Amino acid sequence: MLLAIDTSAGTSVAIVDPSTGSIVALRSTPDTMRHAEVIGTLLAEALSAAGVRPSSLDGVVVGMGPGPFTGLRVGIAAARTFALGAGLPLHPMVSADAVARQEKVAGRSDTIIVVTDARRKEVFWSLYDLSGAEPVRIDGPGLSKPDALPHSDARRVDAAEIPGAQLALAAAALLAAGLPLASDEALYLRSPDVTMPSGIKRVTQ
Amino acid sequence: MNIDNPLVLGIETSCDETGVGIVRGTTLLSNTIASSMDEHARYGGVVPEVAARAHLEAMTPAITSALADAGVTLDEIDAIAVTSGPGLAGALMVGVGAAKALALAIEKPIYAVNHLVGHVGADVLRVPQSATAGSSEIDAGEIQYPTIALLVSGGHTSLLLVRDLVSDVELLGETIDDAAGEAFDKVARLLGLPYPGGPEIDRAAVGGNPKAIRFPRGLSLPKDHEAHRYDFSFSGLKTAVARWVEKKQDAAEQVPLADVAASFREAVVDVLISKALAACAEYGVPRLLLGGGVVANARVREVAAARAAEAGVALRIPPLSLCTDNGAMIAALGAQLIMAGHAPSGLGFGADSTLPVTDIQVG
Repeated sequence: MLLAIDTSAGTSVAIVDPSTGSIVALRSTPDTMRHAEVIGTLLAEALSAAGVRPSSLDGVVVGMGPGPFTGLRVGIAAARTFALGAGLPLHPMVSADAVARQEKVAGRSDTIIVVTDARRKEVFWSLYDLSGAEPVRIDGPGLSKPDALPHSDARRVDAAEIPGAQLALAAAALLAAGLPLASDEALYLRSPDVTMPSGIKRVTQ
Repeated sequence: MNIDNPLVLGIETSCDETGVGIVRGTTLLSNTIASSMDEHARYGGVVPEVAARAHLEAMTPAITSALADAGVTLDEIDAIAVTSGPGLAGALMVGVGAAKALALAIEKPIYAVNHLVGHVGADVLRVPQSATAGSSEIDAGEIQYPTIALLVSGGHTSLLLVRDLVSDVELLGETIDDAAGEAFDKVARLLGLPYPGGPEIDRAAVGGNPKAIRFPRGLSLPKDHEAHRYDFSFSGLKTAVARWVEKKQDAAEQVPLADVAASFREAVVDVLISKALAACAEYGVPRLLLGGGVVANARVREVAAARAAEAGVALRIPPLSLCTDNGAMIAALGAQLIMAGHAPSGLGFGADSTLPVTDIQVG
């Protein structure tokens, strides 16, 4: 069984069984402000609902974003230490892959652009081809002004939540196919907001 | 769990240091610190987003390294302790998320603790001799309560009355504007010195006359006595230094760097130690503990030692590696809570950037 953690939008924790494709436990909240508060409880509840001990899981899938930074880091930090603590492999994923897979599961087979909030009047986007058995990301993730999104011919899917179970199953599909996952680096897509100090200001008038 | 001598792993991410420390009861086993200070240097101060990104990257390597240094494995750990606040919210959240998941993964309890009280907790640690590089010149056996604690860093300047480490800590005063370490950074900058300012001011002050210029001692006038007896203010001091330097420059005179640096530093140190010893006298507590990164400043320790001795106050200064932000002090406080029989925190606590010192344990 795989545990998935994603805090790139709200907080989603899921435990899935890739051998059957079934969702064993799912705990999530759309709250985008309280990731640090809820992560422990959601993890504990998911583990308890699944009736599994951490060390008997097979791996930890984690959404690396893109997403608002402060919340995103909570999930990545949690996934990394959980994997370390339970002695499990870590499987980093692009968070939007979960949304693409959810569309595929819902029976869609077109080309979609998944759009999520990036705050500061910008959005994150990723482009997927849903025509095959599993979604394939063909562009992105990227950052854009809402009115300057690329790929205007693709169907737009706005996502306010990342479904953790689909993230885990998408990872399982990539692993089974021997395809690469995401790199183990947070997808910030934006430099830290810093202003270089200006010259020394006079205090005497 | 071993309640008498628990093996605790502590995680600290309140500012720019990713600290992971391991203690067994009151014995320090390891103290791994990954600092992002170099990344902040070009901005002249800690940039919260830069600090938070660095914590995320440093966290698991720091845990692995702390375990290796301590010679223990995760399955031996009895409990996890983590800083819940005060500090930079985004930085704290990395530690909180990491600590909760680690505790769940190893199926052990978690203790969410106060960063400032952690600085006091550092003093209970017994440090193996090999690890005491730059150690305190003062060691008076086991810490006794009550004690006054002066915590001075780039983010805090707080004066505490600690009646009991795990149950009774009172805030007597704190800075109403800049932290003392921040004042060092800002004055260093106006003197054309790099960040961090503390060691730079120290270097510049060599050979300088600390009495050359009488810079103001913030909130030390009789009129401040009522409302701000134990509060600090360093913003006016920084402006006074700037004015003094500008006056010299406007007159096309040489700025006597060593005298300015020494006199500024003396003003900071004087007000810190005066207020701390006044608290000792007023509360009838002849014990003073120093903590925080500014304690690395030799002049702070020198003046504190001399004036505490004069006042008949026993001075304690933990080793410098335990004065700056670190995970071992958080583990130490967690261990103290366990040994005192306190129940673990729940899983619902968050990062509280303004956590009051009275909240020793959270959740």
